[in-house]
Order: sequence, then structure tokens, then C-alpha cells
Amino acid sequence: MYAQMVKSEAAQDDPEKLAAFQARIDAGEKIEPKDWMPAAYRKTLIRQIGQHAHSEIVGQLPEGNWITRAPTLERKAILLAKVQDEAGHGLYLYCAAETLGVSRDELTEMLLDGRMKYSSIFNYPTLNWSDIGAVGWLVDGAAIINQVPLQRTSFGPYSRAMIRVCKEESFHARQGFDAIRKMAEGTPEQKKMAQDSVNRLWFPALMMFGPSDKESVHSEQSMAWKIKMNTNDELRQKFVDQTVPQIEFLGLDLPDPGIKWNEERGHYDYTDPDWSEFFDVIKGNGPCNTDRLAARNKAWDDGAWVRDGLMAHAKKKAAASVAAE
Amino acid sequence: MKNEWPLWEVFIRGQHGMSHRHVGSLHAPDAEMAIKNARDVYTRRNEGLSIWVVEANHIAASSPSDKGPLYEPSESKVYRHPTFFDIPDEVGAM
Ligand SMILES: [Fe+2]
Ligand SMILES: [Fe+2]
Repeated sequence: MYAQMVKSEAAQDDPEKLAAFQARIDAGEKIEPKDWMPAAYRKTLIRQIGQHAHSEIVGQLPEGNWITRAPTLERKAILLAKVQDEAGHGLYLYCAAETLGVSRDELTEMLLDGRMKYSSIFNYPTLNWSDIGAVGWLVDGAAIINQVPLQRTSFGPYSRAMIRVCKEESFHARQGFDAIRKMAEGTPEQKKMAQDSVNRLWFPALMMFGPSDKESVHSEQSMAWKIKMNTNDELRQKFVDQTVPQIEFLGLDLPDPGIKWNEERGHYDYTDPDWSEFFDVIKGNGPCNTDRLAARNKAWDDGAWVRDGLMAHAKKKAAASVAAE
Repeated sequence: MKNEWPLWEVFIRGQHGMSHRHVGSLHAPDAEMAIKNARDVYTRRNEGLSIWVVEANHIAASSPSDKGPLYEPSESKVYRHPTFFDIPDEVGAM
């Protein structure tokens, strides 16, 4: 979901090596950076972990937007801590990707010039404080559903990064639920705002899991290699089943008239999001794509003198200490 | 980009008298900044009492293909485990 539509590569290695590799994965062994791995496994993972990392970083923008306007000092401190965690998540994931032989700067450049993607959800705006609650609750809620199974992914560094991330995520979802609950239980105007946030963010949240299984052609190899642990629709269903009772608890209307408990399936039925909108946002035409990329590019460009200055200082200090010896 | 900050591996001692453990890596221009960054990235929830950082290119590592020669010799030495020996119950704690 933070990695949607990751194109996987067809394996083109020596069949014997491939079979031995698959056997390791089937036996539940972790693959570590120095182990032999198919080129396609490496390439797909760089794409997926990179996209995941970029999502954590770009995901700071819609929430950072409200740090200075949080309604109380406590909410501000909480949101600040939450957004700082997301920076940490991005860093854990970049480290994991780097063990595969791509550099941090290469990854950054690929994000900045649009060669790599981040999750479509962060191309939607956060218009008001209620949206911040809804993002923590729904977006981080969806992220948790995606990330929990990834703790068992076959690539050691990715799995360890996911374990760290998951430890921190429940705080994110809970603070969001707590914030929107305050709104839902507040004045009629506040309740209306909460309802509006849920209505606007529901379908974009469903899109986080990627296209429907019917259209998602890249899954099979990734599932066999335990890069992907569940299909998009499985995870989406889990999210709907978990979230509908929470919306009801808040006393809000369901954002989709198609949501109905299906006794036979033991799941909620729901309406699929508008996939043409999804593909359009992925292509760069969402409400905030341009802003998000511009903000990341500006941060990178404006920070260049700091990166260069600190490096120059470190080199000078190192040279001086060598000279003193 | 030519001027990328070097990669540092981060080791942290948890609360309970444990040894330092590898937790991940990060980029920093020098050791001092690496420790500061490690504090922010890896100890936001009291996960550590002490931080070690070492530049990644200073770490020497065994290679996966040496697994056999390195570790197989110990497999045949079952007598290194206390359970190898039969001690009668009457002997008491040992
Ligand atoms: Fe995160
Ligand atoms: Fe989060």
C-alpha cells in the first residue's frame, strides 16, 4: 500500500540457483544482503522499499501542514512526535534499501525527478484539523494492515525495519482516532467536519492497497518470494472490516452506501474506489502531486549548503587530526 | 551525487545491562553527528543508554560462502553441550 503497483521483474537467473533460493524462502529463512539473490528479487525490492521510504517522507507534508495550527499545545506536541516518527520510518527503510546496493542520494534523486513513486494517498490535501485526525486513524490504520504481515517478509533488513515501524504505528492510529473522536463528539459543526473528513478520505484510503487483484498483474512472483505477503484485495477487505465498526462507534454515517455486512462471506461488502481516479493520481494528476514534489525538491536544494558545509568541516577536522599525529 | 555523507552502523545498549546491539545505519558527516542522529533515529522511546557508531566501510564481515568451513566443525562436537553427559539423579545439582 505504501508501495502500490510495484513492478516486479521476471527472474532470469540460473534455474538451479533460483530453485535453491526459493527453497530457502519456503523454509522461512531470511535473505541477508550478502547472500546470493536473483537480480529480479533485488530490483523489485529496491523499488518496493524505496517507494515505501519515499511515502514515509512525503507523508510528513500533509501532517506537517497542521503542526503550527494544532488546536492545543498537547495536540501539537503529539503531532510533532508523530511526524518525527515518520521521518524515522523513512530512514529505517532507506537503510534497508541501501543494503541492496543503491545509494541514498540515488534514491532521493529518483524521487525528486519522478522516476520513483510514493503512495497516492499523500497527493490528497489535509484541509482542516479534522483531516489530521482522519489521516492518523484511517491512513496509518491502513498502513498498519499492510505493514504487520511485512514483518515476516523474506528480506532480513526489510523485515527488521518493518518490526521497528510496527512498534511505533499504533501510537499514530490511536492519536488520530482520539483527535477525530473529539470532533465527532463535539459541537454539530465539529461533527459535520469529522463526517466530511471521513467522506473525503475513505476512498483514497482504500486506494492505498493498490489496484484490485483482477488488475494487479505483478503479484505472483512477489508472493512466492515473500516480498508481498497478501493480495491487495485481502488487505483492503481487512481494513474495511476493521474500520466500519469504528465509524459506527463514532456515530458517523458510513461514507459508502455499498457497505453492508455479508453474512455468507463473513465480511463487509463495499464499493471499490474509482480506479480511473487512482491511476490518474499515480500518473501525477492528483490534487497535490505538484506541491508535494516541489516541497521535496525545495527542501533538498535549500539543504545543499548544509550538507556540503558539514562534509567540508568533517574533512578538514579529519585532515587536521591526521596532521597532528 | 559526489558529496554523499558516509554511512555509519549504529549499535545501542538497551536498558538492562545488555551488550550493544546493531539497530541499523544512518548517514552523517562525522562521528559526532552520527551519534546525534542515532539518538534521534533510534532512541525516541528510551531504547538506549549508550550508542556506538562505526563507519560502515570499517566493518569486516565473514562471507556467506564461508558458512561451511566456519561453522560445520562445531556441529560434530556435541560433547560441548552439558546434555551430552548422563549424570545420575542421586548426584544432585551440577
Ligand atoms: Fe510510518
Ligand atoms: Fe505512521
